[in-house]
Amino acid sequence: MNGPHDLGGAQGFGPVAPEPEEPVFHADWERRAFALTLAMGGTGTWTLDMARQARERIPPADYLSSTYYEIWLKGLERLLVEKGLATAEELASGTSRRAPVALTRKATADKVPAALARGGPTEREPSAPALFNVGDSVRARVMNPTGHTRLPRYVRGRGGRVSALRGVHVFPDASAAGRGEDPHWLYSVAFDAAEVWGPEGRSGDEILIDLWEPYLERA
Amino acid sequence: MHDRDHAHRRAHDHEGSHLDDVELRVRALETLLTEKGYVDPAALDVFIETYETKIGPRNGAKVVARAWTDPSYRARLLDDATAAVAEFGFTRRRGEHLVAVENTPEIHNMVVCTLCSCYPWPMLGLPPVWYKSPPYRSRAVIEPRGVLAEFGVTLPETTKIRVWDSTAEIRYLVVPMQPAGTEGWDTDRLVDLVTRDSMIGTGLPKSPGAAA
Repeated sequence: MNGPHDLGGAQGFGPVAPEPEEPVFHADWERRAFALTLAMGGTGTWTLDMARQARERIPPADYLSSTYYEIWLKGLERLLVEKGLATAEELASGTSRRAPVALTRKATADKVPAALARGGPTEREPSAPALFNVGDSVRARVMNPTGHTRLPRYVRGRGGRVSALRGVHVFPDASAAGRGEDPHWLYSVAFDAAEVWGPEGRSGDEILIDLWEPYLERA
Repeated sequence: MHDRDHAHRRAHDHEGSHLDDVELRVRALETLLTEKGYVDPAALDVFIETYETKIGPRNGAKVVARAWTDPSYRARLLDDATAAVAEFGFTRRRGEHLVAVENTPEIHNMVVCTLCSCYPWPMLGLPPVWYKSPPYRSRAVIEPRGVLAEFGVTLPETTKIRVWDSTAEIRYLVVPMQPAGTEGWDTDRLVDLVTRDSMIGTGLPKSPGAAA
């Protein structure tokens, strides 16, 4: 969806503000919100793409006025309610009023290190040859899906060149919608800055974006 | 750290004042999810401890310092970074598919995630706030030189910029250029020159004089 998260090329947000000697977390609740998000993600109740989409569906004014871990918190609460794991009333009170839903997995302390070491690779075996090769001219499709997509607005309709093949990966648009993994070839596509931004881009500078095959057409 | 200690400290910190709404909200959430049996509070502590104390930019710095001193490692890193960093045995989460991109006098690489906050956790730890915030996410792709200037980095006119927008599960690690005057240094000394920002591409490594 064309949500508030799709920020590439937006203007007016002001200077980047690095914080010297920045701590990993700025408050204890950030630690807990971070860990709760990872722990609940580890139950396998939703996919990474569903979690991203939950954050992207936060209304724009709310999204842009929330801190990073507030966005995580709001996304997590939304998923818990939508997946039937908790009600809004339970979230507000912090008290369980219904029997818990049986989950397939639970992140216990003894299993966490191995789970983090393993990670969650998204690469899958190819079932078809790649449509494009390195050096091919391609164009990012013009599309405005209302569901989740990882094709940023700023590059839609722009022409680029395939810079690398990255293998076959889980397709976020399908995974977020509950349509399974639907893996597709993934490419790094190089776009010339002047092609993307016109006079504000410097020709020769490039933006490289990882794009799945369904996002691309031959140019 | 034990959760009871957290709760105690929070209560103490806020004695006589109102707890922030968000703090109450997170506490209610943790209480609820624990009561329902969905989360194990001890597991939460392991997640926090891992990313607060064990995983950080020192990991990436070790990789870069080795690439600077070992040409065959550098070649392996640029060819298949996922396999090359596995030699160090780092945790893989959010770095399952890693690509290393090398800065040269002709090309300067920098990394952003315009859509969220994708970042190579195993190499650099959790991202700083600026990396996740709208100013950087919006501007890195449209005015990279302006952003670099705010970080105090001015590139030669002839250097071209490649901005990597991490839209998929590929994570990018910038291998900065080795600072002049450090030829013959061993990796233990070099590793102190490799800053987090130099591996994002918004900074340069420290110069040898600044490392002491």
